[in-house]
Amino acid sequence: MPATPRLSPRQAYLLQAVMRRRWLSQRLGGLVERWPLARRVFTAAERKSKEDLFGCRMCGQCALPVTGYSCPMSCPKELRNGPCGGVGPGGACEVYPERRCVWVTAYERAATAGRAGDLRLLQRPVDHRRFGESSWLNYWAGRDDRLWTDDDGLAAPPPLGRA
Amino acid sequence: MSGLADRLAAGRFTVTAELSPVRGASAEAMLERGRLLASWVDAVNLTDNQGAHVRMSAWACALAVRAAGLEPVMQMTCRDRNRIALQSDLLGAASAGLRNLVFMTGDHPKFGDHPGAKPVFDLDSVTMLWTARTMRDEGRLLSGKELKPPPSGLFLGAVENPFAPPEEFRAARAAKKIAAGAQFIQTQYVFDVATFGKWVAALREEGLTSRCFILAGVGVIRSARALDFLASGRVPGVVVPEGIQRRLRGAGEGNVEREGHRLAAEVIAQVSQIPGVAGVHLLTAGYEKRVPELLELAGVADGRGPGAPGPDAVGAGTTPAVPAAGA
Repeated sequence: MPATPRLSPRQAYLLQAVMRRRWLSQRLGGLVERWPLARRVFTAAERKSKEDLFGCRMCGQCALPVTGYSCPMSCPKELRNGPCGGVGPGGACEVYPERRCVWVTAYERAATAGRAGDLRLLQRPVDHRRFGESSWLNYWAGRDDRLWTDDDGLAAPPPLGRA
Repeated sequence: MSGLADRLAAGRFTVTAELSPVRGASAEAMLERGRLLASWVDAVNLTDNQGAHVRMSAWACALAVRAAGLEPVMQMTCRDRNRIALQSDLLGAASAGLRNLVFMTGDHPKFGDHPGAKPVFDLDSVTMLWTARTMRDEGRLLSGKELKPPPSGLFLGAVENPFAPPEEFRAARAAKKIAAGAQFIQTQYVFDVATFGKWVAALREEGLTSRCFILAGVGVIRSARALDFLASGRVPGVVVPEGIQRRLRGAGEGNVEREGHRLAAEVIAQVSQIPGVAGVHLLTAGYEKRVPELLELAGVADGRGPGAPGPDAVGAGTTPAVPAAGA
């Protein structure tokens, strides 16, 4: 069911700056991954906080940084490359008409922050093995470096594979 | 390459039409409708369980249509098949010589005749196009595994709805599909020509209409009931502007079809004048008989019809003569 983010775009992009991969976060991630219990606790904390804030579905390969922090996995079609053609005239989700399309929300939020260009990046197919994993740990460890392309892909065909 | 691709590449105004497969184990009823279109349209789209209603599979219908002398465009949605099945079906289609493929995400099962079905949506329209392009151009599956031989000569299509929110993003969404591999795009019903024109202009400004052919979706509203249904908001993605609704209702009870026919002809004539528009895609299921008249009224029937010479009359010689307009 389409989720509505509870952080404002400003707060969300601030969070992005805080969570960015750097020496400290990589060290922390490395430590957490060393102990299964620590990993479970960390993952549970991520699940709780991101479920509350973004309606996170724990796909383990977070696209929020380039979707205006509106979760595309809460779209009934789990669309990561933009809205389907069925969005209602007022921006309503076609499957849950009482809800707002996550991509309408994403576009508005990204545009407010001057980040509408993010939505043009080509998102590669989801890896279903990653569901339930911590996307923060995956991000810090560089395991999701190729979730999306670096540009809009129009100049040259971008490689499809994530490996 | 496909006949459709050749015609578009030659810069000739192109007409495709949607042909919906039947609910049943014989394609005959669909072929009857298809024969009415032969020599009038350049290719017909076979929908993939449209509206999430079970119909005969698009590939089987595409083969039947081709045997009847029409050029098929096979639609594939991501609703019912995961990436394994989609790639496998694409290889099968290519091996059977079905070259024109259109990829879309697909309507949610909730709207169909099996609302309890498991929605798949493993890939989306963009990643599916990207996969098809990779299979054709790099000879590899999504997994990276090599294809021997790769599917060649595929002509890859997409759909887009220029009228759905967020409107400002709709050209960008089409651009993503073009980047992923779309060579032609067929749109949702165009009733609002101004908004459609803006959408095409945005693509043109990025130089995208020279690398992707745009076919405008055109439908005929034939009754007050059909108008109510289309305007009700219950049909995903269809918008009928107020002005159009007033015009059709103003025509009076028995005249909606006549006015709807005129309106569709006007839309065809108008969009054909927009730079960057390569043709129209007729969403005229059940109206096949009057398609010739419609094209004539719109002024785009030149070189079409059973008597028409030349390579653009798809399947000419193999199809039975079509009765004159309105017969």
